[in-house]
Amino acid sequence: MSNKTDSNVYTIIFAIAMVIIVGALLAFTASSLAPKISENQRIEKQQNILYAMGVNNNDEGSAVFVDASEAQDLFSKYITKQLVMQNGNVTEDAEAYLIDIKKQKTIGTNNPDERKLPIFLGDKDGKTYYVIPIYGKGLWDAIWGYVSVDKNMVIQGAYFDHKGETPGLGANIKERFFMDDFIGEHLLDSNGNFKGVDVAKGNADPKNENKTDNEVDAIAGATITGNGVTAMIKSDLKLYKPYFDNLKNN
Amino acid sequence: MGLLSKKDAKLITDPLADNNPITIQVLGICSALAITAQLKASIVMAVSVMAVLGIGNVVISLMRNIIPSKIRIIVQLVVVAALVIIVDQVLKAFSYELSKTLSVFVGLIITNCIIMGRFEAFALGNGPWRSFLDGIGNALGYGVILVIVGFFRELLGSGTLLGFKVLGDPIEKTGLYAIGYENNGFMLLSPMALIVVGIIIWVQRSRNKDLIED
Repeated sequence: MSNKTDSNVYTIIFAIAMVIIVGALLAFTASSLAPKISENQRIEKQQNILYAMGVNNNDEGSAVFVDASEAQDLFSKYITKQLVMQNGNVTEDAEAYLIDIKKQKTIGTNNPDERKLPIFLGDKDGKTYYVIPIYGKGLWDAIWGYVSVDKNMVIQGAYFDHKGETPGLGANIKERFFMDDFIGEHLLDSNGNFKGVDVAKGNADPKNENKTDNEVDAIAGATITGNGVTAMIKSDLKLYKPYFDNLKNN
Repeated sequence: MGLLSKKDAKLITDPLADNNPITIQVLGICSALAITAQLKASIVMAVSVMAVLGIGNVVISLMRNIIPSKIRIIVQLVVVAALVIIVDQVLKAFSYELSKTLSVFVGLIITNCIIMGRFEAFALGNGPWRSFLDGIGNALGYGVILVIVGFFRELLGSGTLLGFKVLGDPIEKTGLYAIGYENNGFMLLSPMALIVVGIIIWVQRSRNKDLIED
């Protein structure tokens, strides 16, 4: 190293130049790849929604989405209606699946009336599925998912995902053995009031044969992630109760 | 390797065996444990590290005479962080499924000790071409171990290789499963990766006694 590179002035100028060059490079990469990335995310949302209503390529024990190349076609085929509820009013919106649930949830904490609540109506083999997006937080970061229910709010399918839960523990919420437990569970109690589904430790029904106990078995070692799942099901699915009440009355 | 002089060729071959970054220098263990449950993830991780280490070594080597020595570690960090973010963005754009599997680990490349180690130990004192070879060599050495570990973990843990059911179908009870074979779920957990790496170290050192520290 020569003396020149040891001087303070040189060091500072070098640092500034480096930051500018690297910053420009990263900004260029990010903005030139952004359209492709957001397209991938859009397809993923379609795959998630289709997964929740049972349109997937599952094999044995692993959860497999429909092919990305087919997602758009299948989405148009199976999803018959996309609705948005806002302050009790229901409107149709073909882009409802792109609504940012995280953002709507933030809006909802201050102005519940302004929160947009998307719901997707799917039709498979003559049966109607109501797919609802949910969002919450796990142990380390965000968790989210899509739950499909029938008109009596009995769960028909669920897909959960996470940003950074512990591999092998909380990350298992996106494994079949956990997600499939929700199928058939009732969200309402026997009186028709909303109760949700608890991810319960010390569950008396580990094989999950009782579908009306509003409980599924928790994952050992993933208490906080499990509680996060319970909480997002309770808080987010509850908001859709009026929609299903209406459905019944009409 | 007719293209390379003997000295240059050693830069590639040494890390593959007698100076392997994982089994001899015991660097980069964290990622070797974390992502080797499947062969595919191992290969992608190895290729990503190769890209980052190869390019990073060249960049650092080209800058070696202008990097102020007082902030050289920070400069190395910025270079590797920028490269990793670019790799991550490219994966997100062109291989989205894979980027979801690797997203946690791609970030961990920054903290992969092999990368900082090669910048500091080699690229700062050598020309770009030799640094490039050194980077590729070390990434290959790292990748070979990852692939070996991934091979055994996926084969014994899930009965598959790159997703293909090579041992038959565990549900339908075909192939090996017909005679009562079971997958070893323990192989999918991180501790077994450490044990597999340990076995590789054992085999390597018993074949080459020079590697044994007394």
